[in-house]
Amino acid sequence: MGEPAKVAAARGAAVEVRIPVTVDAGFHVNSNRPSEDYLIPLKLTWTSLGALEGGEVAYPQAKSEKYDFAEKPLSVFSGSFSLTASFKAAANAPPGPGMASGKLRYQACNSNTCFPPKTADVNVTYQVQ
Amino acid sequence: MSAFRFSAILSTALALGLFTAGCGGPAEVKAATLKPEKERKSAPDFALKDADGKLVHLSDYRGKVVILDFWATWCGPCRIEIPWFIDLQRKNRDRGFEVLGVAMDDEGWEVVKPFLAELGVNYRVLIGDDLTTQMYGGVDALPTTFLIDRSGKVAAVHVGLTSRKDIEDGVEQLLQSPAAVASAGAGEPVVSLSAK
Repeated sequence: MGEPAKVAAARGAAVEVRIPVTVDAGFHVNSNRPSEDYLIPLKLTWTSLGALEGGEVAYPQAKSEKYDFAEKPLSVFSGSFSLTASFKAAANAPPGPGMASGKLRYQACNSNTCFPPKTADVNVTYQVQ
Repeated sequence: MSAFRFSAILSTALALGLFTAGCGGPAEVKAATLKPEKERKSAPDFALKDADGKLVHLSDYRGKVVILDFWATWCGPCRIEIPWFIDLQRKNRDRGFEVLGVAMDDEGWEVVKPFLAELGVNYRVLIGDDLTTQMYGGVDALPTTFLIDRSGKVAAVHVGLTSRKDIEDGVEQLLQSPAAVASAGAGEPVVSLSAK
């Protein structure tokens, strides 16, 4: 799992954070908007923002891929991609370091097997200037 | 207010590790081959609750051929196999055959019951737990299906979506085998099976 990223943010300024993700070769995870109701979406949820505000997450364009176990193509992510989180440093944030923490929930499959949903920790360290 | 774009490169990108050590890629689907009887090991007994809250033991099914299917509602490949099991249950229930489903959904019956109703599942389904999966070698990949002979021993294991014919042929072979004397008693040591 990744080490905390270093982000510099001026008080009151907007900050976008890119969060690279890599899925093991041969596997895929459901996108944030799966094509079937029963599928578990990829979802990043912030559990602690510190002196940052917002944290809205933008997901990349999903791939539409056909698998033998589904009648229709599925909306998935595979390989390497990035999520983007939009923050704003609070206007009254004290100068200094801090950390925003989140949980990335995902559920992965390959062409004939699926694995239970898992959660990965995502930490973004910042420096309010 | 200008929006700064920071490339907050994690020193190591989030790698969605998929706990596939030693696999290196999609699991290989192998043809159904029943283990020779002498090589079969006892299927670990378990106690899990069914939809009515009744405690079910695998040992309750001694003397029958059993398909033990670990699955989940969020598992696409599992959804392909379940209609096969419904057919097998319907065709063979009078021949000493039963399907037992073990659902691995964290949400339990809240999501499993509607699914069973939707598909018209005609066999018993239980809610699985960690203890049971550990007994079966840490079942993680779904579906994982065990074919259990009349003496309660594992004759075949299928990890991942397999072919309908493999499943049906395996069941038929077991049903046609002479009924073995159920010799495995309660004192028999539990054997942990590798599902991979």
